[in-house]
Amino acid sequence: MNRSGNHSGMTPARFVRGLGMAFVIFVLVSPTILFFIWMLSLSLKFEIDNGAYPPILIPERVAWVNYLKIFQENNFFLYFWNSLVVTGAATILALLVGVPAGYGIARVSAVKSAMVIMIARMTPGLSFLIPLFLLFQWTGLLGTLLPQIITHLVVTVPIVIWIMIGYFETTPLELEEAAQIDGASRWQIFWLVAVPVARPGIIVSLILAVIFSWNNFVFGVVLAGRETRTLPVAVYNMLSFEQVSWGPLAAAALVVTLPVLILTLAAQRQIVAGLTAGAVK
Amino acid sequence: MSGLASISAEVVDAAQAAPAKPKLDRRRSAGYWPFIAPALIVVGGVIIFPWAFTLWMSVEHWELGGSQQFVGLANYLRLLSDSRFWDSLWHTLVYTALSVVAPLVLGTVAALIFDSKFPLRGLLRSVFVMPMMATPVAVALVWTMMFHPQLGVLNYLLSLVGIPSQAWIYDQVTVIPSLVLVETWQWTPLVMLIVLGGLASMPREPYEAAEIDGATGWQKTLYITLPMILPFMMLAVIIRSIDAIKSFDIIYAMTQGGPGTSSETINLYLYNVAFSYYDIGYGSAIAVIFFFVIVLMSLVLLHLRQRTQWING
Repeated sequence: MNRSGNHSGMTPARFVRGLGMAFVIFVLVSPTILFFIWMLSLSLKFEIDNGAYPPILIPERVAWVNYLKIFQENNFFLYFWNSLVVTGAATILALLVGVPAGYGIARVSAVKSAMVIMIARMTPGLSFLIPLFLLFQWTGLLGTLLPQIITHLVVTVPIVIWIMIGYFETTPLELEEAAQIDGASRWQIFWLVAVPVARPGIIVSLILAVIFSWNNFVFGVVLAGRETRTLPVAVYNMLSFEQVSWGPLAAAALVVTLPVLILTLAAQRQIVAGLTAGAVK
Repeated sequence: MSGLASISAEVVDAAQAAPAKPKLDRRRSAGYWPFIAPALIVVGGVIIFPWAFTLWMSVEHWELGGSQQFVGLANYLRLLSDSRFWDSLWHTLVYTALSVVAPLVLGTVAALIFDSKFPLRGLLRSVFVMPMMATPVAVALVWTMMFHPQLGVLNYLLSLVGIPSQAWIYDQVTVIPSLVLVETWQWTPLVMLIVLGGLASMPREPYEAAEIDGATGWQKTLYITLPMILPFMMLAVIIRSIDAIKSFDIIYAMTQGGPGTSSETINLYLYNVAFSYYDIGYGSAIAVIFFFVIVLMSLVLLHLRQRTQWING
């Protein structure tokens, strides 16, 4: 528990302490591991096995068909595509406006304009949704993916701006000043000097924007129609229409969240750095 | 939505904590506004305009498809005598308080653990962080199956240790604690990461001094580590409070505010009024009040956090 190293070797007291720590680690991590194992188990069982008591962890017959079903009967290819389009567009747009904004805010120390976004971030998504819903209805955009792309900017733009402010504040000004003396314009300095240095920050903000846009549910619930559902909305709708058919439902839940989990594991270091960047400084 | 406020709060913090940079003179700094303008336009369009619009709608009697007329503060006055609103406010307070305290305790313990060295630490930390990145709706649906009173795995696990079956989300008394269990499962990692960041930035000198004085491991944790990470714990409290009070996905997907209205928080009530009953004017008034509740809570917490800052010097 403490940060200082002990100098002694393996004493009995130390062994007991190690055992105690192993136990605490086990208690902390097992809910996560058990949850995902159980999710996988549910998704691979037929209804008979899912309804068995006591519950069965590893079934005798594996129901791969659950996965087949959600793509064949529930149109999951379309919803997957919708999710890709909404998340992709909302993330790219956010990077396009957010990276320069983060740079500008960091350089002029425009903390006030930053505070505006901060207060806006505290507002619940639903309160943006009432007026935007009406607006999209009047303009006849509701049947398209555009309303969701636009509202997802509420999620992605602040993430990108915040993380980029943090990065540009730490990048050294000397290089930029040298470039300015050499006669480079502001945009040249931005593109050729500042952006390459801040590339790790751009990647972090990209990853986080993708994850939080992908996971977003509330905008889709209000704005998506039958053809424009994203994956989280589609999986929720399965619940209401299919009664309780656990196997395909769990399979769908896994399909929705798997891309994000893979991304999390692959980019774990960058994500942790991004989320704790402010706190560490 | 959860987790986002986190980032903003952290970075604002960083901005405040960062040593003052030599300011650019006004003429030079003006040249940076073209960088910021596009983002300001976007923010204006999707955040500030809807806000102004909401304020305006909140003083109208306006049902979707029906007529629309100015009613002044009638919507706000209606809130005062709306017992369902007060119930939802109470549910929100209970839900938020529990969803802050439980992850705070567990996340701090986890941070202290993950700060020490042990085999497989990197892998276990990756696993531990996974819940907060998982899609909330997907998580909620699997928990719903696990909560099932007859077939759910949770009641089976309880029966193994001799605890009687629970009704979990299907009972008015246990529904909020059950939802908080899911919220805690998902967001403890965020608290862990914040506190872990604090631990990583701590100076070593106090420990060396304490060791010379013969302090035990527990004494060091209690009298040195905890006071020094207190500001980071407060930061976690702020972030968690803002996220928990706005919680929607988990509650909507699992109970839709039920059974009855026993887990209906303000956010859920707001959704029902605006998008189930299509009472746009009244829903807007709830949205405005809800926003002020969040701002008020944030200000109180920020004030409290200032008071813990002196420990940092």
